[in-house]
Amino acid sequence: MYKPYETTFRGQRMTIKEKLMNISFWYVFFICLLAAIGVTMLYSAANGHWQPWAINQLLRFGVGLGVMIFFALIDIRIILRYSYLFYFFTLILLLVVEVTGHIGMGAQRWINFGFFKLQPSELMKIALVLVLARYFHSTQLQTIESTSGMIKPALLALIPAGLIIVQPDLGTGLMLIMTTTAIFFAVGVQMWKFVAVGITGIILAPIAWHFLHDYQKDRVLTFLNPERDPLGAGYHIIQSKIALGSGGVFGKGFLKGTQTHLNFLPEKHTDFIFTMLSEELGMIGAVCVILINFCIIAYGYSFAFKSSSYFGKLVAIGLTTNYFLYVFINTAMVLGLIPVVGIPLPLISYGGTVMLSVMASFGILLSVHINRDVTVGKE
Amino acid sequence: MNRDNDKGKVLLKRSLIMAGVKAFLLLCLIGRLYYLQVYQADKFKTMADENRISTRLLIPQRGIIYDRNDVVLATNEQNFQALIVAEQTTDVQSTLDAFKKIMPLSEAEEERIKRDLKRNKSFVPIKVKDNLTWEQVSEIQLNAPELPGIIIDEGLNRYYPYGEKMAQVIGYVAAVSEKDVKDDPLLEVPGFKIGKSGLEKFLEHRLRGKGGILKLEVNAYGRVMKEIEETEGVAGEPIHLTLDARLQEKAYEAFGDESGAAVLLDVHSGEILAFVSTPAFDPNAFSRGLTHDEWQALVENEKSPLTNKAIQGQYSPGSVFKPLVALAGLESKMIKEDTRFFCAGKMLLGDHPFHCWKRAGHGYLNLEESLMHSCDIYFYETAMRVGIDKIADLARRFGLGKTVNIGLEHEKAGLIPDKEWKLRRFGEPWQMGESLISGIGQGYILVTPLQLATMTARLVNGGYEVTPTFFPVDEKAFRDIKKIEVSPRYLNIVKQGMFDVVNIPGGTAWGSRFDYNGMKMAGKTGSVQVRRISLKERQTGVIKQKDLPWKYRDHAIFIGYAPADNPKYAVAVLVEHGGGGSSVAAPIASKILKESLILDPVKSRPHF
Repeated sequence: MYKPYETTFRGQRMTIKEKLMNISFWYVFFICLLAAIGVTMLYSAANGHWQPWAINQLLRFGVGLGVMIFFALIDIRIILRYSYLFYFFTLILLLVVEVTGHIGMGAQRWINFGFFKLQPSELMKIALVLVLARYFHSTQLQTIESTSGMIKPALLALIPAGLIIVQPDLGTGLMLIMTTTAIFFAVGVQMWKFVAVGITGIILAPIAWHFLHDYQKDRVLTFLNPERDPLGAGYHIIQSKIALGSGGVFGKGFLKGTQTHLNFLPEKHTDFIFTMLSEELGMIGAVCVILINFCIIAYGYSFAFKSSSYFGKLVAIGLTTNYFLYVFINTAMVLGLIPVVGIPLPLISYGGTVMLSVMASFGILLSVHINRDVTVGKE
Repeated sequence: MNRDNDKGKVLLKRSLIMAGVKAFLLLCLIGRLYYLQVYQADKFKTMADENRISTRLLIPQRGIIYDRNDVVLATNEQNFQALIVAEQTTDVQSTLDAFKKIMPLSEAEEERIKRDLKRNKSFVPIKVKDNLTWEQVSEIQLNAPELPGIIIDEGLNRYYPYGEKMAQVIGYVAAVSEKDVKDDPLLEVPGFKIGKSGLEKFLEHRLRGKGGILKLEVNAYGRVMKEIEETEGVAGEPIHLTLDARLQEKAYEAFGDESGAAVLLDVHSGEILAFVSTPAFDPNAFSRGLTHDEWQALVENEKSPLTNKAIQGQYSPGSVFKPLVALAGLESKMIKEDTRFFCAGKMLLGDHPFHCWKRAGHGYLNLEESLMHSCDIYFYETAMRVGIDKIADLARRFGLGKTVNIGLEHEKAGLIPDKEWKLRRFGEPWQMGESLISGIGQGYILVTPLQLATMTARLVNGGYEVTPTFFPVDEKAFRDIKKIEVSPRYLNIVKQGMFDVVNIPGGTAWGSRFDYNGMKMAGKTGSVQVRRISLKERQTGVIKQKDLPWKYRDHAIFIGYAPADNPKYAVAVLVEHGGGGSSVAAPIASKILKESLILDPVKSRPHF
C-alpha cells in the first residue's frame, strides 16, 4: 500500500510533492502561532504601530518560512555529506569576524553584506550540531566511551566556542558548549566524565573569572544581587521583575503595560519581550508561550524518535536542545533566575539573524522527519 | 552490529532523560511565573505604580496678613517667569540670543541656564528669567515666533507693600534651607518658601495652608504622560494684626535717618499699634533672593538693620526709669509726695561723688519737680533709702526684666538686678553706690524698648497688667487682664510729674508738647551714656554730644502717653546714639502720639 504521507519505499527518491505532504502540519502551526504572538507583541512594543518592528518581523518570518521549507526539502544524506564543509566554512567566517573585529577596534559579531548582517556564531550553532552528529554517526560506542575518541569532537566544539567567547559573546559561547554537552550526554559519554569536567570547572572558575570582561563580571555580580546597582545593570532585572509581577494572572491588557509603555522596561522589543508579554497578557499569556514552546520541543523529540538513522536522531536532538536553550535561557533570564546574558527569545524577539537561523534549524528538523525512513550510510 | 544496537539504545535512554530534564526546567519557569505573578503580584503592582505615578504637591496660597483696618501687609503677587523647553526649539542658543534682544541676560544667568539645560531632560522647563513685568510678558508674547521653546509661567511671590517699614514685624519668607525642620512634605517642593523671620516665621503653620496633591503618570524619563487625579489644597489662614499701617508708616518716617526703635501700645488692651526698628531691610528683596552685595551691605551697616532693636536691643533705661523709682519710694513710704531733697549738682557717698546732669544743681525739689527736671540727686537719695530689692520688685511688676514672648525671634529679657542676683552673678555683695546709680536707670539695669512701652502703659492705664500683643484682644482676654498691686494715688503722683515734663516750661520735653483739641501728651525723657565720663573731662567741661563720634553719643529715650488726662496710647522711643532724650527722642514720640490721637485707631473697638 502506498501512503502519500509516509515514505514507504526505502531508498526510493521522494518527489517534492511527497516531501511537502510529509511536513508536520502541527509543528509548523506552532511555529507560526509563536511568530504571530511575536509580531503582535512587537506591534504593542511600538505603542500600537506596525513600524518600526512588527512589519519587519513579519517580513522576516515570511523569508524564514521560505528558508525552513528549503531546508526541509534537502535530502538528509546531502546534509550529512556537507556537514564538515559547512562547519569549516562557518569557522572561517568566525575567524574573519574575529580579525575584522580587531581591526575595527571593537566587539563585532557580524559580517555586513549590506542588506543583511550575517552573524557566524548563529550559523555555528547549526554547523556544530551537524558536524557532531556526523562524527558520532560513524563512531563506535567504544570510541565514544574512550577518552581519545572524545578529543576530536571536543575540539570541534571548543574552537568555535572559544572564538565566540573572545568576541566577546559569552552567552552564545556558553550556549554552544551546553549544546555540545547535551550531545555528548545523549551519545553515551560516561557520567563520571561530566562530573570530572564539572569539578575541574569549579576549580578553574576563579581563574576564568579573572579573564572575564568587566561588564561580564558586572552582570554576574548584579545577577547575584540586583540591588547592588539599582540604577545601572541591576535596573534591567528589577524593572523586569516589577513588570512581570505587576502583570498578575490576567495581565494589564494588550497595549496597556505601564512598565513597558512608559519605558521603565529596557530592551522591551528584543531580549525582554517575554517580560512585556507577561505584563500585558499576564501569567496566562506567559504560560501559553511556554506551552507552545514545549510543543515545538516535544515535536523535535518525536522527530528524533521516529527517525531511523542515528545521524537524524542526533541532529534532531541537538537542534531541539539548541532551541530549548534559547527559550530557557531567555525566559529564565528575564524571570531573574540566571544572569542577563543577551540571548533573545526566538520567533518573538525582534532580530533577523536569530529568526533565520532558528527557521533554518526547524527546516533541518523537518528534513529529519521527512527522511525518517531513509537509510543513512556510514561512508 | 550489536554495538550499534547498544549505541541506539544508549541514545534513546539518554535522550529520554534529557527530554525529562527539559520538561522539568520548563515547569520551573512556570513555577517562577506563578511566584512572581501570583504570589508576589501585589508587591510588584505597588512598585509598578510607584514607578509610574509621580505625586506632586501643589503649593497652597499663603495666608494674607492684614493690619487692624484690613490694610494688606503681606500678600501674594503673581510672578511671571520665562521658561525654556529645549525640545521645543531646534536651537537653544538662537532662542536665547533672540530673548536677549528683548531682555538682557547677565553672563552668570546665561551660564546657569545652560548648566540647567544640560542637567535636565530636554522636556524639562528651565527658568530663564523671573519677576517679569507685564510689559516684558507682553513683549515676549508678541515676539513668540522668534522665541521657539520659550513659555511664560506664572507663580506666586510673597509681596510686602510696606517694605522695610514693616520688615522687623512681618519678617520675610525665603527658600527652605538645610537647617529648617522638614515637618511637612511641602518643604521638599522646589521653589517653596517659608517664613524665615518675624511674624511670617511665628505664624508659619497658620499661614502655610495645606498642599494640594497632583497625581501624574510619568514615564521612565520623568515626562508627564497624563494627569491621574488632583486633590485641592487649603489656602493659608488670613491673619489680622493689631498694627495700624498708617501709624506704623508715620512712626518709621519720624526716625528719618536715625537708628532706633519705637513701640506704640493701646494702654488698655496692650495691642501693639506700631512697632518700629530702624533702619530696616527690604523684605521683598529677601523673598526674591538677595545678591551677595546686598547681603554684605546689610551685615556691614553699623546701624545693624537686621537687628530688631525693639526687642533685641537692651539698653540702660536712664531717666525713664525714674517714675518707677519714685513709685517704689512712695510705696515703701521712704518718700512722700512733698518730700524735698536738695540738689547741689553732686552728692557724696563716702568719698565717692555722684553727679547730677545739671552741674549747677536744682536746689530744693519735691517729687513732682524732680521728675519734671529729671533731677538725678533726688533719685539717688530716694534709691538710697528704698534699696535695690524694692525697686527691682516694682520694676518686675511693671514688666521689666523678663520677656513678653511676643512671637518674634531673639526677644531679650533685659535685666533687673537685685542683691541676690549680684551675689550669684559676681559672688560679691551689693554696694550702696550701685543702688544710687540704679535710681537713675544706670548700672546693671537693661531694658528693651518693648518693655519700656509695656511699663508706660501699665503706669498710665490705672495699673493693669497689660501684655503687648500683635493679635486682637477679645472681650474675655480683656476682662482677664489683672490689676497690679499698686496704689492709684501713687500712680497719679507719678503721672502728674510726667505731665509736667512736657507741659510746664522748664520740663525736659517742653519743646515737644502739643495740644490737639485739648488733648496733650505726657512722658519722661532719658539720655543714656554709652561711655564713661572721666574726672578730667568733668573738670575741663563735658564734650558736647554733637562733637562726639556717632558711636559714642548718648542713647536718647522717651516714654510718653496721650491724652494726658485720659491715657489711651503709650509709646516708647529709643534713638541709638541720638544725643538727648529731650532733643531727639521726645519729638519723635510727640509726632507718633499726635498722629495716634488724630487717627484714633482704638475708637473703632467695640466697647466691652
